[in-house]
Amino acid sequence: MSTESPLKELALHDITVRFGGLTALDNVSLRVAPGRIVGVIGPNGAGKTTLFNIICGFVQPTSGSLTLDGQPWRPRPHHLNRLGIARTLQGVGQFAGMTVLENVMVGARRRRAEAEAMAALERCGVARYAAAHPGALPYAIRKRIELARALVAKPQILMLDEPAGGLDADEIGWLGTLIKETGTTVLLVEHHMDLVMSVCDEILVLDFGKPIALGSPAEISENPKVTEAYLGTAA
Amino acid sequence: MSQFIYLTFDGLSRGLVYAAFALALVLIWRAARIVNFAQGAMAVAAVYVAYSVTNATGSYWLGFVVALLAGMVLGVTVERVVMRFVDHSSPLNGVVVALGLVLILQGTLGILYGNEYLPVETPFSRDAFEVGGVAMLSRYDLFVIGAVGTVVVALTLLFTRTAVGLRMRAAAFAPDVSRLLGVSVGGMLTLGWALAAAAGSLAGMLVVPTELGLHPTAMDVVFVSAFAAAVVGGLDSPIGAVVGGLVVGLLLSYVSGYIDVTVTPMAVLALLVVVLLGKPGGLFSSSKARVA
Repeated sequence: MSTESPLKELALHDITVRFGGLTALDNVSLRVAPGRIVGVIGPNGAGKTTLFNIICGFVQPTSGSLTLDGQPWRPRPHHLNRLGIARTLQGVGQFAGMTVLENVMVGARRRRAEAEAMAALERCGVARYAAAHPGALPYAIRKRIELARALVAKPQILMLDEPAGGLDADEIGWLGTLIKETGTTVLLVEHHMDLVMSVCDEILVLDFGKPIALGSPAEISENPKVTEAYLGTAA
Repeated sequence: MSQFIYLTFDGLSRGLVYAAFALALVLIWRAARIVNFAQGAMAVAAVYVAYSVTNATGSYWLGFVVALLAGMVLGVTVERVVMRFVDHSSPLNGVVVALGLVLILQGTLGILYGNEYLPVETPFSRDAFEVGGVAMLSRYDLFVIGAVGTVVVALTLLFTRTAVGLRMRAAAFAPDVSRLLGVSVGGMLTLGWALAAAAGSLAGMLVVPTELGLHPTAMDVVFVSAFAAAVVGGLDSPIGAVVGGLVVGLLLSYVSGYIDVTVTPMAVLALLVVVLLGKPGGLFSSSKARVA
């Protein structure tokens, strides 16, 4: 994927988020170096999506800060696209009353929006559905459209929220290849371990909002704390 | 037969005014999920501005243009200053605030201009052309058709052919997803209110001269008919608003011509009951597919 300026570095510093009595994120720090593929994993309710919502500006941290290229940064959802940050949603979240092409065009830059949207659909192998309405299409196709919509603005940081959910093994294989080939920084929240282990350079493990491990896939798979979080305390 | 032809043309001409006004209601409903009960009072305020400008300058057209601009400014102001802060947890909140706006606007206009009906001129003759002794359309009817037709075509092009229109639709469908895609949802909302208020003001400019004259409550009855038109068409559908407007216009024209003008409110109610019993979402409801 072409990028006009150097990739940006995104970092979270000691982020804590409390919703009433619940601590959704507890002192989480993460540096996403340019061009790296960083996975965020953890059991359900670990705070993975909250982490994404912090970066997108949907949720404000109770304490802690974010930086973009070292500069203090307060994210706002509708500025992300301009800053080169794109995010897919867990649900597919497509506009039901629009065609697939129009859905993708919303995220494109205004000039040449249609051509860029077609190119993104092409890239995700779903160009032939351009004129269809997404509601009528199978889930796996809609997932690909969602990816095309995230890729259309040529993001420098791509945030994928459970992109493999509901996909079969072949689709996940295709997805892994696409993620590795984007050439952008990728932040990946995912339950599918094989995908995470095969594409990520680095993995952050959250458990009840607390960061319990950070390292390469090999380090993470051998970390006893991670096994414990996923499988319960060893007997 | 000649009466039928006359009533049909008269109904279409009135129906187009209802269509423009219903479009205003639909635009705001789609963008903000608010039925703008203040639309009538806002439109009247714009017509008063036109009245002042025309009286001061002698130019109907200057007043006409200023009315549309004033309508836009009022729409933006109402959205930015009032509606943006309404708690949307209950749909009634927006309705109550809108009704409050009606009282404020009508009260202010009454204080400024008085509560008498002021005569308003039309730019073209309202005498109908006769073809073979049958009264057809007037020049003014043609002006109404041209003006509303222009608005409908312009809005259709905006929503289906432009990036801004696409973003406005996206923002109305799913605000959070749109934000992630870089759409300024607040900006689109303001733009929606501006366009809607301009369409409402146009309807006011077209209809007030054909009624009793200019009065703070001059649009109240029009509001009821246009609201019925929007509901009949399906509050979500711009095409429904146009079709609903024409249906209501024709119905009112036939009922007042063949039965009695006093029966027309009953006729609108009956139409609402029949349509809503058969298709609760309106004729062009979005439950299956949205248009534009």
